[in-house]
Amino acid sequence: MADTMELRDIEVWDGNMAASHALRQVQVDVVAAYPITPSTPIVENYAGFTANGYVDGEFVMTESEHGAMSCCIGAAAAGGRVATATSSQGFALMVETLYSASGMRLPIVLNVVNRAIGAPLNVNGDHSDMYMGRDSGWIQLDSYCPQNAYDLNFIAFKVSEDHDVRLPAMVHQDGFMTSHTAQGVHTLPDDVAYKFVGEYKPMNDMLDLDHPVTHGVQTEEDWHFEHKARQQHALMTAVIPKIEAAFDEFEKLTGRRYNIVESYNMDDAEVAVVCMGTSVETAREVAEEMRAQHGIKAGVVGIRVFRPWPLEQIAAALKDVKAIGALDRSSPHGTVGALFNEISGSLFNTDTKTVLTNYIYGLGGRDLTKAHLVSIFTDLKANADAGKVTTPLQQYIGLRGPKLSFF
Amino acid sequence: MLEIRWHSRAGQGAVTGAKGLADVVSTTGKHVQAFAFYGSAKRGAAMTAYNRVDDKVVMNHEKFMRPDYVLVIDPALVYVADITANEKDNTIYIVTTHMSTDELIASQPKLEGKKVYTVDCIKIAQETIGKAIPNTPMLGALMKVSEMYDIEFFKESMIKVLKKLPQKIIDANMIAIQRAYDEVK
Repeated sequence: MADTMELRDIEVWDGNMAASHALRQVQVDVVAAYPITPSTPIVENYAGFTANGYVDGEFVMTESEHGAMSCCIGAAAAGGRVATATSSQGFALMVETLYSASGMRLPIVLNVVNRAIGAPLNVNGDHSDMYMGRDSGWIQLDSYCPQNAYDLNFIAFKVSEDHDVRLPAMVHQDGFMTSHTAQGVHTLPDDVAYKFVGEYKPMNDMLDLDHPVTHGVQTEEDWHFEHKARQQHALMTAVIPKIEAAFDEFEKLTGRRYNIVESYNMDDAEVAVVCMGTSVETAREVAEEMRAQHGIKAGVVGIRVFRPWPLEQIAAALKDVKAIGALDRSSPHGTVGALFNEISGSLFNTDTKTVLTNYIYGLGGRDLTKAHLVSIFTDLKANADAGKVTTPLQQYIGLRGPKLSFF
Repeated sequence: MLEIRWHSRAGQGAVTGAKGLADVVSTTGKHVQAFAFYGSAKRGAAMTAYNRVDDKVVMNHEKFMRPDYVLVIDPALVYVADITANEKDNTIYIVTTHMSTDELIASQPKLEGKKVYTVDCIKIAQETIGKAIPNTPMLGALMKVSEMYDIEFFKESMIKVLKKLPQKIIDANMIAIQRAYDEVK
């Protein structure tokens, strides 16, 4: 029996420490990991918890991230609660196996500490790795601060392991800006946290020798399409209601409210930015200041669930504002930003007259300052007043040298 | 909102100092943030760490800061790092040095006319802790200059923050904090 740990009601934790305590509290059976900055402390802390008797489980050191996720897949197929963490190039090396995990319908929780992908080599935070995961069939939840990184891990296990879902889930946090930034985190006692997620109930587990099953099969054109359709059906229909139910239950337990789409100051907003990660919180503060100091009715929409994309909820949140800025923290390499595309797709068949523009910012950890956000909101106000786009469609914010824009 | 910037060399404990301060402040019901600029910094490289303290949850995640306090825990950084970057009119500087405040300002004219305090945290750390880890003494000096908390309360809180260290090291840190509190000028 694992030892319990006495936590203070509020611990000053960075996002990594918060995530590793969540993994400890849900008593993961197998963590297989390979270290990479900035996610290393999650599995390093977890290894410490395991070695010191706070976890009844196995910690497996692998030869690569590809091996780490492969080991997670094996352990999940065998019938265990499984988790790991990675970032950046390590995430990229995992990609092949991510598709296996989701296609095999294995509930695995992957903490992704978002970091730029080289070249050039860069250890700091942007959303390139998160965006790379978009089509992998995983659920993707996004944290804006260390508290979220703690809370969303419980949600991820609960939803991912639900027998109606059985899909793996990523919990994202911004490299360094969340992962290495210490802030107050409201904790749950070990038993309360464990009870919220519950005991792991395996399904089609390979170690159930009385009921033999096959995992990792080959299907060609006879069945592949039907398998992928079932996977998409689960991701599209089962996941959002289960996340909503988990958010409701979590609010009853903790008082902390999460939503599929987070809307701040949106009731009467004329202009809004849409973003992810720590930028959501900084933008919330600036939106308040735009209202108080500049008389601009500014709002913020934060993406909490990136996959499955909450198309209807996004449309409902944004259709009544006059101008929207989609803020993408990843180089789109040859097109508009992913959020711009997703938001366009969400609004296109509605009767909205809103004007949508795209901002690329923060690559490789470049600071998104409050001054940048003031200039974005000011642009959006001009678009709202003109009823049309008054700036280039895609602008680079916080870039040194001459201004860069496209379209 | 109270904002603090630390100038340090990687390995001198600025991150630990910033997180320790955040830990103590958090116990008094205030909201905190502690972070640092990382990169592929090696031991000895100049680096900065940051604290934010507020009565409400700190939602600002920008790295840009106009600090209320600048804490310099390596003497040479006064000359090689931009310690006055983004300063305010009333930014207060606490600098680790063997020099007096007048001597320091004479050697670095850009500190002229500013609120500058000096204390030799390196020497204090060497004489008490036995290593040149100037982070905890700097916190003692900050308590004196800022009057943030009563020094006895602060030391008691720091004992809890340092609780995983051997008792001898904790005791030495307490002496170091008190000495810096008494000696900062």
